[in-house]
Amino acid sequence: MSITKKIYLYFPKSETEKPIVYQLVKDFNLIINIFRAKVTPEEEGYLSLDVTGQEADIERAFAYLSTLEVVIHVGNKGLRWDAERCTHCGACVVHCPTGALAFADTATRRLAFTEDVCVECHACIPACPFGACSSSF
Amino acid sequence: MIFVILFAGTRTMSKSYQSINEKIAAGKAVVLTAEEVIDYVDRKGLEAAAKEVDVVTTATFGPMCSSGCFLNFGHSKPKMRITEAWINDVQAYCGIAAVDVYLGATQLRHNDPANMYHPGEFRYGGGHVIEELVAGKKVQLFALSYGTEDYPRREIRTMVAIDDLNQAIMVNPRNCYQNYNVAVNLSDKRIYTYMGILKARLRSMTYSSAGQLSPLLNDPLYQTIGVGSSVWLAGARGLVYSQGTQHTSLVERSENDVPVEGAGTLALSANMKEMLPEFVRGVSLQGYGVSLALGVGVPIPILNVDILRRTTVRDSEIYATVMDYSEDYPQKTGKTLGRFSYAELRSGQVELLGKKVPVTSLSSYYKALRICELLKAEIQSGSFLLSEPSQPLPAAQAMRGLECVGPER
Ligand code: SF4
Ligand code: SF4
Repeated sequence: MSITKKIYLYFPKSETEKPIVYQLVKDFNLIINIFRAKVTPEEEGYLSLDVTGQEADIERAFAYLSTLEVVIHVGNKGLRWDAERCTHCGACVVHCPTGALAFADTATRRLAFTEDVCVECHACIPACPFGACSSSF
Repeated sequence: MIFVILFAGTRTMSKSYQSINEKIAAGKAVVLTAEEVIDYVDRKGLEAAAKEVDVVTTATFGPMCSSGCFLNFGHSKPKMRITEAWINDVQAYCGIAAVDVYLGATQLRHNDPANMYHPGEFRYGGGHVIEELVAGKKVQLFALSYGTEDYPRREIRTMVAIDDLNQAIMVNPRNCYQNYNVAVNLSDKRIYTYMGILKARLRSMTYSSAGQLSPLLNDPLYQTIGVGSSVWLAGARGLVYSQGTQHTSLVERSENDVPVEGAGTLALSANMKEMLPEFVRGVSLQGYGVSLALGVGVPIPILNVDILRRTTVRDSEIYATVMDYSEDYPQKTGKTLGRFSYAELRSGQVELLGKKVPVTSLSSYYKALRICELLKAEIQSGSFLLSEPSQPLPAAQAMRGLECVGPER
């Protein structure tokens, strides 16, 4: 049975020239869905993606990535929402295109972040006056 | 004549501050939040509810730019008469006594490029220093002086926390705006304002009020809130020390006397050492500047039926006026675009100029509700007593503008 994992790859300068995505597809039979990427030769970069495949293949892929000095954040997206800093003001709501940041309860107007729907557009970062939204990198 | 007054007195319930405080001290006061009182009166009827309810708690949480604090650092050895000071690189005003300074919420950090590369980020300023002080963090004091015979020292650089200071007193000339504008942007490009980022061509709308929870919307004619009233300022026991700056009572009001624009304001003060960090938060408004968000709670004593009736005001009965912040607000044209109730605004979408517009807020209803509950608990436990104002807020005061006439010749 195939599973999907959200991963975040952070590339130090030394690793940006390796064709990592190609290898994930070819050597480990993974299906890749990239949300956000910044990979420029000779600069550090990052890739935010979903990988879908057999659990064993994913494990092997992670083992391969770990040999490349690539930092992996499983289930962690490029947008960090700090529940402690959030004041539930709602200033981010109209700026979030997917409803990842939305009021979870119309009576108390508590705001909630639904990571699964976040596409990491980062529109909420400048819109939040309280610094509750930040980039993971 | 006397007979008539006596007759009215037997028919209509009335209570005194003293009798309410006695009930609070005995732990027997009946306290409801501004939200709970709506249903309660619906169920019980005004007359019966007015007999039972002693206090209604109101609150608001949002950016309040006209805020700041007086700090007294104590004397160094040798002594210094501070003439310039920076706290975490944010400049404080020193034109007062030797080691007193005033730190304002909207002061930028030294060397902040502001809007030089528009829109500026404004990550840190006076509001953030105040947040860190209240959170108990150490901050850097850097101070200069020209030196005098009695105050010879010319420079200090040291780290201090709020507990090291003699006093840290928040003194805010304008908090708790009674009501507020709703902001939109009709221009072709996005704009950066104190009402947040406003999307171009009417694609977003921002309001900033706690609506039915907000203190002065529950006491629209200032029958109980006045100079000397006890307030809950970020968890500390504070007071209204004056009318707030720009307090304007002669404004357009709905039939229920609730203003449909800015109107009344309060000047508040409290001891910062008693504040809760959760309700003192630095604010960064991209392209605009820094500020401070504060939580304020105000208890309303239910002295009579009329005062109770006014606390039952609900979001659907409170209206706010929409203004274009790309043109009409900055140019002061006086033009407004429409009016919506807070119930409509909170629905998340309204229709304006034939367009469906997504609505957002800068004021936190969630935190305001929490403050209503916290203040209610303090009053119920007998630890928060009310105080009768020594002066009412001005009831017939208009707003002045500034005439720019050039230098006198
Ligand atoms: S990054 Fe984009 S999608 Fe994700 S929460 Fe922020 S605004 Fe919404
Ligand atoms: S703008 Fe920031 S503080 Fe306000 S609700 Fe969104 S994440 Fe929370």
